Amino acid sequence: MTSPSLTVYSPESPLRNPGKLVRDMFLDLLAARELAWRLFIRDLSAQYRQTFLGYVWAFLPPLVTSFTFIYLNSQGIVRIEGVGMPYPAFALIGTLLWQVFVDAVQCPSQAIFASKAMLSKINFPREAVLLGGLYMVLFNMAIRLSLLVAVMVIWKITPGIGLLLFPLAMAGLLAAGFAVGMAISPVGALYGDINRGLPIITQFWMLLTPVVYPPKTHGLAGFLSTWNPVSPLMTTARETLCNQPLTLIGPFFVVVLISMVLVFLGWLAFRLAMPMLVERMGG
Amino acid sequence: MEDMGAELVGGSRQHDILRPEEFWAVNDVSFELRRGECLGLIGRNGAGKTTLLRMLNGLIKPDHGKIEMRGRVGALIALGTGFNPILTGRENIYVNGSVLGLTKREIDEKIEDIIDFAEIRDFIDAPVQSYSSGMQVRLGFAVATALEPDVLLLDEVLAVGDGAFRTKCFVRISALLRNAAVIFVSHSEEQLTRICTSGIVLKQGTVAHLGTLKDCMTTYRDMQPENTVAQNAYHDPAVQRAELKLETTEHASGDDLHFKMHYSLDREIKLSLHVLSVVDESGSLVAVCDLLPVWNTFPAGTATPSFTVRSLSLRPGSYTFSLEVASVEHATVLIRKHFRDRLRVSGSIVHWCSYTPKVV
Repeated sequence: MTSPSLTVYSPESPLRNPGKLVRDMFLDLLAARELAWRLFIRDLSAQYRQTFLGYVWAFLPPLVTSFTFIYLNSQGIVRIEGVGMPYPAFALIGTLLWQVFVDAVQCPSQAIFASKAMLSKINFPREAVLLGGLYMVLFNMAIRLSLLVAVMVIWKITPGIGLLLFPLAMAGLLAAGFAVGMAISPVGALYGDINRGLPIITQFWMLLTPVVYPPKTHGLAGFLSTWNPVSPLMTTARETLCNQPLTLIGPFFVVVLISMVLVFLGWLAFRLAMPMLVERMGG
Repeated sequence: MEDMGAELVGGSRQHDILRPEEFWAVNDVSFELRRGECLGLIGRNGAGKTTLLRMLNGLIKPDHGKIEMRGRVGALIALGTGFNPILTGRENIYVNGSVLGLTKREIDEKIEDIIDFAEIRDFIDAPVQSYSSGMQVRLGFAVATALEPDVLLLDEVLAVGDGAFRTKCFVRISALLRNAAVIFVSHSEEQLTRICTSGIVLKQGTVAHLGTLKDCMTTYRDMQPENTVAQNAYHDPAVQRAELKLETTEHASGDDLHFKMHYSLDREIKLSLHVLSVVDESGSLVAVCDLLPVWNTFPAGTATPSFTVRSLSLRPGSYTFSLEVASVEHATVLIRKHFRDRLRVSGSIVHWCSYTPKVV
């Protein structure tokens, strides 16, 4: 019989041995797959078992937001031009895609918070919590994509060859969302300000991003469209979907690459900070 | 936050210096445990037992020193971790088992055993929120022991459940003990003496004693403040006075104990119950002496009968006495009183158990 594996806990920082640290991270991620799936199924079943509307809740918020803008635009209260397609379709697509991003931003903090009791009592691969959250985000994304398909059918928008890049655009949105989410999660787990401020911030951020309006080139909006990292992601996603010319593809790739790096760094920080969070989180 | 910052840049934290308002929850605790051994972790509330278990479980990093764990570590620190009340018992078995480290295949193999152990077969497909707390505990325990760990950490989880279930749990733990090392936290003397082979007593984070269970229990008992005797003295108005006087407050185990009672009544009363109870330091009932055969009627006026308990063999410690008397006419209690006088018993402790009769 092979001798049992030895685990050592010591005060040293795991960063002293980076090779081992990275290897452990990926091993834990693999080990966490099954548990993550179970946690996802658990949360999904629990979430919808006691609601009447069920999965409708996944796309209700973006629908309401876009209806607001569609109404404002149709009544002439707000004038949005140069979208290249019927405005309702534009707004709906925009808000549904934006919701995917927001979901990804909120995911790490929410997942850690929901699993507080488990994290502070049992030793299991921590990645399972994040991965389970990711599965939930993907599931909600699938619901929203099906709604997107419905929107495109209703307003007769046909995708072109750019559709091949659409999955990459979505991956980019997710990666950026997660990067932001991971960055705020250690602070979010300790201080409530983050969780309370997040909905307000994302609401405002939506207005600063070309979600319900096309990207501008002049003035403050133009400046923001260029420098807001989510802008190219948003715009490119919409363009690849709707057969529009890809205007911000360069910045898009830059942002996606940076996001992937940030996600990895965020994961690393999560792993290193977890024991300290457990100390303070109680639960 | 400072700690996280230091951790993230790979620096070493300022380990030796405590910041203001900080204290060492666990300070200089060292021990070794092997397969087949069960260590009782004893201490008052707040001594650092749960913190120590969390460190052994890998949840908190030590600031000094090193912890080495060989093999799979299973912990029953909170039963039902990962339970979602809306899901059924069966679904929760899979979730909880997964969190504890069981693979789906292992759970499939053991699920019938788990359901049988928890004795909730009729309700296994009902949502957990409809379970009583006892049923939830049984389910949590059943899942947690399905895992066959190399090291098992038990944190005060056997305080719940009825006697029959607790017995089942002990049998299961003894079976696991054959192949594992167990650390068991409890306040119950009975439970500790049942399965522990050695003990460690923590006091405010430091080791007060590490050694045989018997010595640890003595140390722990000495750490307890002397229980203030409950003030629930009850006299029926017919009784003016009921007192107990011990002939001596020092007693060697095995000697006869002489005591005197002092009663004052306004009329004669026939008794249906006349009982003297011996209570130990923690308030548990140790022995009961039936005085009815010797004294079954109170005469009117004052009386001071003397009694002798032959060969009172008690474990060394400190004991108090209480009296309960009921009369034939009213079916109610005439006297219920706990006396302050303490009897200190001396002798050698062979085993931690209150009643220690001599054998010839």
